[in-house]
Amino acid sequence: MSPSESFVDFSNVWLAYNDELLAAKHFAVEAIDLKVREGEFIAIVGPSGCGKSTFMKLTTGLKMPSLGKIMIGGAPVTGPLKISGMAFQAPSLLPWRTTVDNVLLPLEIVEPYRSSFKAKRAEYEERARKLLQKVGLGGYEDKFPWQLSGGMQQRASICRALIHEPKMLLLDEPFGALDAFTREELWCILRDLWTEQRFNVILVTHDLRESVFLADTVYVMSKSPGRFVVKREIDLPRPRDLEITYTKEFSDIVHELRGHIGAIRQTTAIPTEQPA
Amino acid sequence: MTRRQIESWSPWFLLVAILLIWQAICAGFNVSEFIFPSPWRIWTQLVEFKWIIAAHAWRTYWVTMAGFGIAIVVGVLLGFVIGSSRLAYTAMYPLMTGFNALPKAAFVPILVVWFGIGAGPAILTAFLISFFPIMVNIATGLATLEPELEDVLRVLGAKRWDVLVKVGLPRSMPYFYGSLKVAITLAFVGTTVSEMTAANEGIGYLLISAGSAMQMGLAFGGLVVVGAMAMVMYELFSYIEKSTTAWAHRGSQNQ
Repeated sequence: MSPSESFVDFSNVWLAYNDELLAAKHFAVEAIDLKVREGEFIAIVGPSGCGKSTFMKLTTGLKMPSLGKIMIGGAPVTGPLKISGMAFQAPSLLPWRTTVDNVLLPLEIVEPYRSSFKAKRAEYEERARKLLQKVGLGGYEDKFPWQLSGGMQQRASICRALIHEPKMLLLDEPFGALDAFTREELWCILRDLWTEQRFNVILVTHDLRESVFLADTVYVMSKSPGRFVVKREIDLPRPRDLEITYTKEFSDIVHELRGHIGAIRQTTAIPTEQPA
Repeated sequence: MTRRQIESWSPWFLLVAILLIWQAICAGFNVSEFIFPSPWRIWTQLVEFKWIIAAHAWRTYWVTMAGFGIAIVVGVLLGFVIGSSRLAYTAMYPLMTGFNALPKAAFVPILVVWFGIGAGPAILTAFLISFFPIMVNIATGLATLEPELEDVLRVLGAKRWDVLVKVGLPRSMPYFYGSLKVAITLAFVGTTVSEMTAANEGIGYLLISAGSAMQMGLAFGGLVVVGAMAMVMYELFSYIEKSTTAWAHRGSQNQ
């Protein structure tokens, strides 16, 4: 793949959840055009129910578009994309597994790890423990999820999403349920993991500060129809420190995005042109 | 005595209190032992007929466990099918609910025609009455899967089977053990009811013959024995439940 080509490439993607909705021309997301470079960190912000989660399902191949084409890593998406890892607002760890066993779960399922899991278990476990230590969960590897705080569970959930070294990390409001201090702590952990491994990140969030602090590019999504209305490159220098969130440049960008969101919330749904 | 100790002994205190009041009523109103025997009378009858009662109790016990064993196998299999496929769930659930509403005692005459007097009808009645809660609980445990977790696994290429084995089955284990506690007590009901009309052995048979001979003390003794067996088995499964699925019972009681 040449550097000029994009890693994620949506061209005019529309999705209706079923045939009835398709016939009624009622789309969950519309006319999505998106090009993401390899290793780029993008954030998608928008009001609730604007189709952000639908977008994630499209990107991972869990849903096929009704119209349009999605290419990821130079190949068309035809089914679930194993090169992706997902984490959600709810950590959804399995309560009967220890933290390290929870992190190992994907390796029991995804190839090529699956077939060698029994033989190489020790090696994989070592890798899981290293990853947990990296996110500050050293000493909690053998605890059960219900013995951890919400922030710790979310860290473990992110480790689970990363254990098979995916090329693409999809996060659906991963820090939404956490308190402000824990959230900022996890921003930095995510920033460090990304800086080190340079996977692609698609972060869906309500939090504008979060999107500006973490992402290279922020997309603003409108609600019904769910489409991208604004693309904003964040040119703040990296590495970014939490201090940056108190600078004028930072808050200017946040304000600007806030303005777009406000505009979307005021306008009611305007029917747009239908696809060809 | 601490609050906790009082709490753990409270069932025994209550039992003793009931027995004392019962005894006092029987003695105070001079109730005939042929109508309503006192606890003391029941006890003396239990001791007097202990070998006869023990033989009938053993029969009821193994018949119940045989029916219960079949109920576990069938309940788990059906629950697995219903819980893992929405089509099977939609197709089978209404029928199963209708079946569960039928009084199982009504099956006994039919079973007698098929299998004759003896252990057969009792085993099958115990099975029929106790498999339903097991099936429902397994199905519930399998069907309640967080959609996010399913996405996390499906994106990795997990097949339905992976999700069932890695997530569904462990998740349904607490439901399963919980259902065993309910099912074992129901199984004793099934056996006893069946033995009352379709057997020459077992506590159910003992109840009928003691009743027709006006040996009320002995009849009550039989009831006590069935109740005690069911309680012991309930506690056994309760213990197994707590020790195998501790993760589902975390919280205040462990503090």
